[in-house]
Amino acid sequence: MNAMTSDSAALINKQRTESSIEGVRSRASIKNLDFFYGDNQALYDINLEVLDKRVTAMIGPSGCGKSTLLRILNRMFELYPGQRAKGQILLDGEDIIDAKTPAAATRAKVGMVFQKPTPFPMTIYDNIAFGVGLHEKLSKADLDQRVEWALRKAAIWEEAKDRLKTSALGLSGGQQQRLCIARTIAVKPEVILLDEPTSALDPISTSRIEELIDELKSEFTIMIVTHNMQQAARCSDVTAFFLLGKLMESGPTNDIFMSPKRQETIDYVTGRFG
Amino acid sequence: MTVLSSADSAPGASSGRLQASIRRGVLIDTIFGAALWAAGGLVLVILGTMIILLAYDGWPALRHFGMAFYTTATWNPVTERFGAMSMLYGTLVTSLIAVVIAVPVSFGIAFFLTEVCPQAFRRPIGVTIQLLAAVPSIIYGMWGALVVAPFIAAWLQQPLISGFGWIPLFGGPANQFSMFTAGLILALMILPFITAMFVETLESVPPMLAESAYGVGATTWEVFRNVRIPYGRTAMVGAGMLGLGRALGETMAVTFVIGNANRISASIFQPGSSIASVIANEFGEAEIGSLKLYSLLQLGFALFVISFIVLAVSRRLVRSRLD
Repeated sequence: MNAMTSDSAALINKQRTESSIEGVRSRASIKNLDFFYGDNQALYDINLEVLDKRVTAMIGPSGCGKSTLLRILNRMFELYPGQRAKGQILLDGEDIIDAKTPAAATRAKVGMVFQKPTPFPMTIYDNIAFGVGLHEKLSKADLDQRVEWALRKAAIWEEAKDRLKTSALGLSGGQQQRLCIARTIAVKPEVILLDEPTSALDPISTSRIEELIDELKSEFTIMIVTHNMQQAARCSDVTAFFLLGKLMESGPTNDIFMSPKRQETIDYVTGRFG
Repeated sequence: MTVLSSADSAPGASSGRLQASIRRGVLIDTIFGAALWAAGGLVLVILGTMIILLAYDGWPALRHFGMAFYTTATWNPVTERFGAMSMLYGTLVTSLIAVVIAVPVSFGIAFFLTEVCPQAFRRPIGVTIQLLAAVPSIIYGMWGALVVAPFIAAWLQQPLISGFGWIPLFGGPANQFSMFTAGLILALMILPFITAMFVETLESVPPMLAESAYGVGATTWEVFRNVRIPYGRTAMVGAGMLGLGRALGETMAVTFVIGNANRISASIFQPGSSIASVIANEFGEAEIGSLKLYSLLQLGFALFVISFIVLAVSRRLVRSRLD
């Protein structure tokens, strides 16, 4: 069954790096995960293997729980009373949502980039150095080096190098978002979570971020939530489709878009609802 | 549009009615506009007459004593020697004590309310703090004189004087009524305002910005220190200045507890006087046309100018956001 419209098929073909997921090991395993906002259950028994150094896209209509899942992965939900998770998320064999694991430790391993650019009210340099300083005590020279490394990785070094000591709020929206990615990378996390990272950006900035995601997956495991199905098709190796708090189907991105197994997935990827 | 087109198609009676109604509308608008101008202008007139009164009627004192009015501390109605130094000193010292005490406490309350306090207690505590602002200042004065002053003298001044009395700032003997007591009462009075503004500033920090800081592994304290405070820093300084402005002019409560001594003491535990307390105490006894009345008016002018400057600065700071 071919569920693709010719348009999105063309986009799939433009996919930048065709990474095989054959034989790739799982970096994080989400096991029997339930999540509650007070009495409302938002996620039901999620099981998902997140592949090492691959991009996993999470798609689904608004309110399906995909952003909620990201917020569990780096324990952001704990900031709000009444929200609780049940189940396990194993990263290198350690349960990162176990209350015994300090949240700050989890967040150092699992970085997050938000829907809108959120530079801290500091200089560009300090935006990067802030997170690093929380976890490592580096010498000035090492810190300089780390800042440059992160900015280069996030493809913003050329634009920022001459204004490192100026406020980060002076950058454009797209630059700010790349700065936020640099800030996340600088801590050297294992997993990077991207929550609709381009929803507030123009098409040119969006395509730069997408290129960046493509480069970053050589070093990091990436999970991205997106409302834009073309984006999921372009950027990801694995796609997981969520509906009403349940993981309906997951698999190689090509399969999800070209030959999905479930009727709900077919309806969603062909744009019949959502 | 429909009204206009119907007027076009049927000239005569209906067009006359339309024009009359438009004329009436214009007239009402003119009257309404004039009334608004009057209301706005009234404020300027009131402020203008105040400045003129203080500057004009206070001028004889300045002419008589010259700048020595502001540099001498003598205040002697018998010999008609008047100098403002001790009141300026008392006003600034009590207000600074108030701000130094109120700002950290407000800070703690605001942080508690926005970050730590369980949702259920947030409203009751917030409302209680707001109620503090509604207590009339005369009540603060009586409570301060009868409850706080003796308590402070016995439990705070005595130990500090015996321990640190060698520092001039804490020199003895203990006095129930002192600049410190006045500063403490003032601190309680400006606390609600500063707290309210701090809470507002802390809450204006975008949640996603705070989450980003948590997201790189920061703790609550680190997020507070490195993101929330820098984000609202100027507004918070402004809030402190606004509190200072209120403390400078507060009269009744201060008059009750400051001790009303026209002298300059290095020790904050000694009695003093403030511009407002001296005016409140002596205005009634000052005869029209006397040098004393002119001097009191000149004092009022000084207070006006100081408060005006503080308010202007604080408003600038509260309004400006980072970049």
